[in-house]
Amino acid sequence: QSGAFGGGCMSGGGNDIQWCFSQVKGAVDDDVAEADIISTVEFNHSGELLATGDKGGRVVIFQQEQENKIQSHSRGEYNVYSTFQSHEPEFDYLKSLEIEEKINKIRWLPQKNAAQFLLSTNDKTIKLWKISERDKRPEGYNLKEEDGRYRDPTTVTTLRVPVFRPMDLMVEASPRRIFANAHTYHINSISINSDYETYLSADDLRINLWHLEITDRSFNIVDIKPANMEELTEVITAAEFHPNSCNTFVYSSSKGTIRLCDMRASALCDRHSKLFEEPEDPSNRSFFSEIISSISDVKFSHSGRYMMTRDYLSVKIWDLNMENRPVETYQVHEYLRSKLCSLYENDCIFDKFECCWNGSDSVVMTGSYNNFFRMFDRNTKRDITLEASRENNKPRTVLKPRKVCASGKRKKDEISVDSLDFNKKILHTAWHPKENIIAVATTNNLYIFQDKVN
Amino acid sequence: MGWRPHPQSAKIRVKDTQEKEGILPERAEEAKLKAKYPSLGQKPGGSDFLMKRLQKGQKYFDSGDYNMAKAKMKNKQLPSAGPDKSLVTGDHIPTPQDLPQRKSSLVTSKLAGSVMDRMETYASGQVE
Repeated sequence: QSGAFGGGCMSGGGNDIQWCFSQVKGAVDDDVAEADIISTVEFNHSGELLATGDKGGRVVIFQQEQENKIQSHSRGEYNVYSTFQSHEPEFDYLKSLEIEEKINKIRWLPQKNAAQFLLSTNDKTIKLWKISERDKRPEGYNLKEEDGRYRDPTTVTTLRVPVFRPMDLMVEASPRRIFANAHTYHINSISINSDYETYLSADDLRINLWHLEITDRSFNIVDIKPANMEELTEVITAAEFHPNSCNTFVYSSSKGTIRLCDMRASALCDRHSKLFEEPEDPSNRSFFSEIISSISDVKFSHSGRYMMTRDYLSVKIWDLNMENRPVETYQVHEYLRSKLCSLYENDCIFDKFECCWNGSDSVVMTGSYNNFFRMFDRNTKRDITLEASRENNKPRTVLKPRKVCASGKRKKDEISVDSLDFNKKILHTAWHPKENIIAVATTNNLYIFQDKVN
Repeated sequence: MGWRPHPQSAKIRVKDTQEKEGILPERAEEAKLKAKYPSLGQKPGGSDFLMKRLQKGQKYFDSGDYNMAKAKMKNKQLPSAGPDKSLVTGDHIPTPQDLPQRKSSLVTSKLAGSVMDRMETYASGQVE
């Protein structure tokens, strides 16, 4: 079986992981409406819930059904739990600015009670949503019929006490807080602090700190706006709080640097505590160097010891104790280096790919083009390329590894670089916090894959 | 876990082999781009796109643009930002009709499936 894996076998915990198709959500048709473009995917802390946001400002939440202990061929399926319109398009007349309703990020709060909470954000406004279940309703009102119509008072001859009776489960989403008017530029990240009371929001030039209970005030903690905008050389591309240290956060830039800041040092964290940057050989510099070095995503490992960054061609793992270079570098699609001219012309060079860790921090995953996505095992140093496609539609079908032929003679089953579909991008992926279940978003479909359970 | 030497990245190579492989693709691509768009500035690709990124969503600039369009100053040179990356401002006079209409938000996401799908799944319920 291991011979079938062209690019090398995956190994997790000593056993080969075989990824299988589980489910796909979304429309089959090729004509994709803009609103249906998926813009973010996120598991909650237990992995029971999976949220997606799209360009139309809508959030869809899937819930994993309880495992059937008798037939445990696979882990529970994800079914629709709740869906709501999170953000609406707006027009700022004062600044003549169109504000898209596209959901840039969703982040879940850890569960504290029966309800679930998440933060969702578009370019300008962050909202705290409460998702709660209702399975009872009051019945037996004196003045109203069950359908809500008012009864004729003259027909009321006795009084009764309304009681709660069970009803079909209903899931309700309501906006509990709206955090608005704090960002002049476009929000790219939100991150909840490990204190579970505060969170940060980052735009191109500034990062703000909020308290989840307070909407009319936010503290600016990073401001990289130059006095003279003509001197602007870099922007903030992503930011995240450390998973354990509530005083620590990082932010990445369009120049490929990551700054770690400690909020105990000063109120305004413009001066970093650590600066992570890989030295570049100046003789290698080209027109494209800065663009492809721009970091599109930064994610701490669950342990908090490492962080991962994604730039256009690679994924890098950094040890927080070492600033001068990453400890690991994985090439995602190095064959694109000889296509940079056309990728610049069709704007693909500006695509922002995200990346994610598995629950044990042993494997990292990121997307690519042609609906391919890549996984890198940090222990075995092996990697695999898989494809999210409806052709592998049968549940529990093991996915066949893919290989791209960079140049020269193309082998059977390989795909040449020129045949890649650059419109089929996988920008957003998520890994279940505990299990080997992954959610992979193509343009308008959500794929769920699981490892083969024997 | 410990530190381990990082694998050789594409950027760090011995100078001799540099000429033969590796870095050459990127430089070749740069040459291709500059051949197509000679006006591309000397500054590294990035600065122009930063400004474009910050101005995303900007529909109309200000009354200066309005007046420019009114006077039909077509001969004014817009700052060149490379292959068709110029910002679309000031080239026409905005009217209320041009402003984007508030889109209908009543369409449910296709990820949520059809109504029939939802009725069959457990724990489903539609909310505002």
